[in-house]
Amino acid sequence: MRTPLSRRAVLAAASAAAASAMLPRRSFAATKAKIKIGLLLPYSGTYASLGNNITDAMKLAASEKKNRLGGREIEWVAVDDESDPAKAPANVNKLVVGEKVDILTGPVHSGVAMAMMQIVRQEKTLTIVTNAGAQPITGSLCSPNVFRTSFSNWQTSYPCAGVMLKDGRKKAVGMFWNYSFGQESMSAFREGFTKGGGTIVKEIPVPFPTTEFQANLSEIASLKPDAVFVFFAGAGAAKFIKDYAAAGLMEKIPLYGSGFLTEGVLGAAGPAANGIKTTLHYADALDTPANKKFREAFKKATSREADVYAVAGYDTIHLLAQALDKVKGDTSAEKDLIAALEAARTESPRGPFRFGKTHNPIQNVYVRLVKGGREEVLGLAQKEADDPAFGCAMAT
Amino acid sequence: MTTSLVAVQLLNGVEYGLLLFLVASGLTIIFGVLGVLNFAHGSFYMLGAYLAYFIAERTGSLLFAALLGLPVMVLVGFLVERLAISRLYARDHLSQVLLTYGLVLVFNDLQRALFGNEVHGVPMPRALTGSVALGEMQSWPVYRIFTSVACLCIALLLRQVILGTRFGMRVRAGASNAEMVEALGIDVRKLFSALFTAGAVLAALSGMLAAPLTTVYPGMGEGILIVSFVVVVIGGIGSIKGAFAGALLVGIADTFGKVLLPGVSSAVVYAVMAAVLLFRPRGLLGQPALQR
Repeated sequence: MRTPLSRRAVLAAASAAAASAMLPRRSFAATKAKIKIGLLLPYSGTYASLGNNITDAMKLAASEKKNRLGGREIEWVAVDDESDPAKAPANVNKLVVGEKVDILTGPVHSGVAMAMMQIVRQEKTLTIVTNAGAQPITGSLCSPNVFRTSFSNWQTSYPCAGVMLKDGRKKAVGMFWNYSFGQESMSAFREGFTKGGGTIVKEIPVPFPTTEFQANLSEIASLKPDAVFVFFAGAGAAKFIKDYAAAGLMEKIPLYGSGFLTEGVLGAAGPAANGIKTTLHYADALDTPANKKFREAFKKATSREADVYAVAGYDTIHLLAQALDKVKGDTSAEKDLIAALEAARTESPRGPFRFGKTHNPIQNVYVRLVKGGREEVLGLAQKEADDPAFGCAMAT
Repeated sequence: MTTSLVAVQLLNGVEYGLLLFLVASGLTIIFGVLGVLNFAHGSFYMLGAYLAYFIAERTGSLLFAALLGLPVMVLVGFLVERLAISRLYARDHLSQVLLTYGLVLVFNDLQRALFGNEVHGVPMPRALTGSVALGEMQSWPVYRIFTSVACLCIALLLRQVILGTRFGMRVRAGASNAEMVEALGIDVRKLFSALFTAGAVLAALSGMLAAPLTTVYPGMGEGILIVSFVVVVIGGIGSIKGAFAGALLVGIADTFGKVLLPGVSSAVVYAVMAAVLLFRPRGLLGQPALQR
């Protein structure tokens, strides 16, 4: 049954809506006592746990600073970006134009980040990318008001080439999910491997998010390379590791990858993952006082284990705190604030951290080995790795 | 490619195809006889895998998980048919798609609430953890051989039931003319209910068998659903034999597509489907509309 709508009711509703749209959403005349930090992160869907870890780590860092940045109390404004690039422009506008946040942070998904870049480059909002590793963010699309506290895809894969060559493996097969993250990882590895004198026998692109690998495993077995470099993450990574081990290849052709191959999947992969070497700018097992302190505090605050995603959130707030203290919380002094962030340094859980010329982190990249179902740190793959930042005018 | 590599890849394709058949068989029966486009079929596959993970983790045995999990799926299949699907037999396909797609969303959220978003591994049964050599480099896990044999056995069993039993006769009769079957005094309601439940159980069983190979993760049902629909369409809607042929064709095409055309491999399966439909618009073994 339908209730009939009278024309009068429709008109009344429409005019009410029009009137409310004309009212200012909020008065900004009052002095902005609080500093507004926008969080554009996934709180639902596959990446929800990443979004939550980043958020909780940011709040942990804020509580260490008594919830004040540059003397101003923090007001958090969170929007669930659903890792959906199609909804990203609306979500970014909600924070930047609607809420007028002082500082925008996020996102996890690179597609969302690319949409975000279009807007924040124009609006000049001070933006800190807390996860997305897409090269253009600090490359061809780089901008003075955009910083990144996580990593560039190049940083997670280029050093892996050196590790493989040092292990005496000169003939490699590359296999990767055929979307931007996979392609950028593969091309960084290719650059490092061929520069170091290695040969890539074959590159196997796998359509995302396919997880049927059997045909390609047989192909790898027939090619008999010295080693295999792969880019997979999450469920696909767990499946690939299990298939690779079950096909009996793990002992014969060692497996290498960017650290995302083993992040968060060791439980699901089980003993199959033993022997995999990866490179990443962080490892849970890093034996430094800063890392131990951070992991303990995070566990205490959330009763979850910290991870590489949480580290980026944690550092974001500590770096912001330094910069904002320097300008005494005055977010309108854009130039001074950017200069202060550029000069910020932190002893991060991941090791020493500072921003490079293109505002991408200069950070150590570690070699990690899976042994007995746990990640071990073997040492440095590359000290103070700095992204080459192809196509960024700020690089020179 | 050398001959031995071609042989290995053929084996890979057949193995993948056999598992696809097990999922698609339930889909094609439900589509062919009940006339329902069941999007929730992938959810049953996912539920099976999650049940396998959940029970195997607590009991340490995949066999036990299957013995405990399958009755649960009988109940789930029965309830879904009675409470939802049975109300839409008289409606058009659009209503059915909306309903079963709604069920997909419900099952996905249920999975999220019950089991969380993490990826889980399911250990293989201890007796089947070995492997046999395949060429000089690769080895073939015994569990993969086991799943292939199991799928083959189930295929033969299905054939026996459909062709050799009274129940199968009714199913075939129901597929060609449900109204006439009802006029002859057979309770179509019960028949449909049993068939839908059987389809759900087949999907769940495939999920359980596949769980140790694929790992268990959110959204695993959707991927397999799409390929299964391709198999059903290639094979001819409602034809189990057709689904078998279609599954093997898709398995082999997908495998060789990945090796020979890696850049466009995801399109190969659909190209095969288009080619089949060009020459046989009702699929490989589908019957013309008049006879159905």
